[in-house]
Amino acid sequence: MKALRKFMDKIKPHFQEGGKLSKLESVYDGMETFLFTPNTTSRSGVHIHDSNDMKRTMITVVVALLPCLLFAMYNIGYQHFKAIGVDASFWEMFLFGLLAMLPVIVVSYVVGLGIEFIGAQIHHKEIQEGFLVTGILIPLIVPINTPLWMTAVATAFAVIFAKEIFGGTGMNIFNVALITRAFLFFAYPSKMSGDAAFVKVDSAFGYGGGNVVDGFSGATPLGEVAINVGDKLNLDTTTMDAFIGLIPGSPGETSMIAILIGAAILLFTGIASWRVMLSVFAGGLAMGAIAHAFPTATYPASMLDPLAQLCFGGFAFAAVFMATDPVTGARTKIGQYIYGFLIGVFAILIRVYNGGYPEGAMLAVLLMNAFAPLIDYCVVQANINRRLKRAKAQ
Amino acid sequence: MALIKIKKGVDLNLKGKITQTQVFDQAPSTLYAVIPDDFTGIIPRMDKKEGESVVAGEPLYHDKNDERIKVTSPVSGTVKQIVRGNRRKIMAVVIDPSGEQESRKFETRDNAKTLLLESGLWAMMRQRPYDIVPNVDVRPRDIFITAFDSAPLAPSLDLILGDDKRFLEKGVEVLSTLTDGRVYIGVTPEMSIDDCGAVVNTFSGPHPAGNVGVQIANVKPVNKGDVVWTLDVITAARIGKLFETGTVDYSTVVAVTGSGIIEPCYVKATMGCTLASLLSGRIADDEKEKRIISGNVLTGVKENIDGYLHAPYRHITVINEINKKDEFMGWASLSPKKFSIYRVFTSWLLGRHKEVDLDAKLNGGERAIVLSGEYDRMLPMDIYAEFLIKAIIAFDIDKMEQLGIYEVAPEDFALAEFADTSKLELQRIVREGLDKMRAEMC
Repeated sequence: MKALRKFMDKIKPHFQEGGKLSKLESVYDGMETFLFTPNTTSRSGVHIHDSNDMKRTMITVVVALLPCLLFAMYNIGYQHFKAIGVDASFWEMFLFGLLAMLPVIVVSYVVGLGIEFIGAQIHHKEIQEGFLVTGILIPLIVPINTPLWMTAVATAFAVIFAKEIFGGTGMNIFNVALITRAFLFFAYPSKMSGDAAFVKVDSAFGYGGGNVVDGFSGATPLGEVAINVGDKLNLDTTTMDAFIGLIPGSPGETSMIAILIGAAILLFTGIASWRVMLSVFAGGLAMGAIAHAFPTATYPASMLDPLAQLCFGGFAFAAVFMATDPVTGARTKIGQYIYGFLIGVFAILIRVYNGGYPEGAMLAVLLMNAFAPLIDYCVVQANINRRLKRAKAQ
Repeated sequence: MALIKIKKGVDLNLKGKITQTQVFDQAPSTLYAVIPDDFTGIIPRMDKKEGESVVAGEPLYHDKNDERIKVTSPVSGTVKQIVRGNRRKIMAVVIDPSGEQESRKFETRDNAKTLLLESGLWAMMRQRPYDIVPNVDVRPRDIFITAFDSAPLAPSLDLILGDDKRFLEKGVEVLSTLTDGRVYIGVTPEMSIDDCGAVVNTFSGPHPAGNVGVQIANVKPVNKGDVVWTLDVITAARIGKLFETGTVDYSTVVAVTGSGIIEPCYVKATMGCTLASLLSGRIADDEKEKRIISGNVLTGVKENIDGYLHAPYRHITVINEINKKDEFMGWASLSPKKFSIYRVFTSWLLGRHKEVDLDAKLNGGERAIVLSGEYDRMLPMDIYAEFLIKAIIAFDIDKMEQLGIYEVAPEDFALAEFADTSKLELQRIVREGLDKMRAEMC
């Protein structure tokens, strides 16, 4: 490590003001703090600090996302070989999934971090770590068949217009990863839904590939539900299938097991708010139960039982990884209960009663992102009123 | 007597605790100093010039805005130097204690207020709002005394008090003549302070339970327009002693603690003494740069060995400046040595009973506030800390007032500042907010 430290010290002058590479100062700074924890000590105020910083916090979230990512790779391979009717081993499936996802991950990070680096350099600030998480969330929520250029455009749009113009990490109003998906969803709807979006049939870097066997449908369970006709639900996928996750869908969202492992990591480390998570599930269950109490053929999703509502689609993923984003969510304790509960309710409400969108979790979180400051405002106002009342009571 | 359970906050189990109750004698201090910055809210105007002689208890300077508020010398001798900083701000008044030590005699029949002001003990009290030396013309709603210090490695105030505990009753009696309300005293369940004349509230729970601000918030919060005074039990006993004996006692016992101290212990001292006199031979010699803090690790002042003991004159902590230099990819570390109150490092496996050796490293860069509820879990008050901090940064006077800035002091945010993943200087932000607010209101 000493050699590396020496090398970093040696090239440092080039990146400082007046150096020939001074335009890359933020990049150098980012690399240096990435490699070596800075030796800066406290100047004023407390003399000791908790070891947890933004880098560790974000890395913890990335670790929590790893089960979803690994399962996604396996499931992409699994769906692929199932679609083309080829028997494949676990490792072959995983390899295919890895090859299929790698370009998306690379595109997401290169585009997003690239913009972050430029932004940091323009403002002469340190590079913020927020995109570490966003960059891994995007590949997990964008359907695998989305062309890479679309992902790139959507990521750039989201990072610039949903984050940088608000002032960067910590200042954004809407969840950046969800803005990416929403952008894709509304700009290129044909690529983002339907049976062809979720199962990769053609090869990845020349590996795999083939023709779809007869009788295979790449429809997601919710896709199937949406086109269901009649008073009875004709669904091949059981709730257990969705719990395990070997079903078509956006890469990260299919397996409830993987998501729950991630949730456990987030809650155990104390990074995510259990209040939000719990109340999203509570809201989803409540709205699911209401819908299920009045099943109609017009809205086939109302025939799903509440538990299935939680396991199908992106609901659980949104509850664990999207709703709990502290920056865009409610920040007061009471606010978090309200915020989470309404996300759950709206997600199922949109899913069941809006035929245009078989999946409501994304829109529900974005909608509540917009309302989170209002919820907090009300909670804080209650505190202010309590204080005023106390003063008057004397 | 009420028992109040404090749930928020955390007790940091730092290395370098005092394990013995013996009080050692101090090496002779060649100089003493009074540091004006210790007495927030007072702008010094010198009464003594360099070279003039002074007796313990005689005023060194008074407040520019109210000449009745005086700061007195803790020892007899001559004023050796008035150290000035930028824009001629007085940084320290250094006194050479050579010659015979005598104390100024006060007339105890004087009006209580006059005597407190004249003796300099007034300047050792604080008032909320603003956390400054009390305004002379305002009669406080109540007076709050804290009888324990819950900060990391903090000394036992009971031990420092020693025999002077007997003066507490007199102190409370004097203080109660200065308020129309009551005198409250906050104690721990283990303490036995009963018939001292004050209303006793018992606090159990982690730091910051010993912070007087937290005690006020859980007993009778400060409202807009209220003024309360705060002090610690040692100052209260000193006040009692002054009114009983006619002299101010400037002696104290200092806890010398921290991972950088060979054998942490209590040392007898006089206010404003040199740190060298307290630390000589006690700092561990392990080639690591040390940080000497006059006070505790959360609210203390960084000093070097040539520095002086700061108010409240009872605690010194010495820690390593940096335990491990150039840590490679510290954010990915699995080392159990990295302490966090979050379970993001493996250190949680060691449990809360394991003593930790924390250095002065920031452990990260300054960021925007990201995680929610971080400050609230460290502040046992009915205050939305994060929103208050944001209001202060934006200097939104109405919001600051509404969110309770009158109730807080910088020290109340110290623990939140420790825990903050965004590494913001919360105490500085709060101090600046209070100062600006005061300038705006007065």
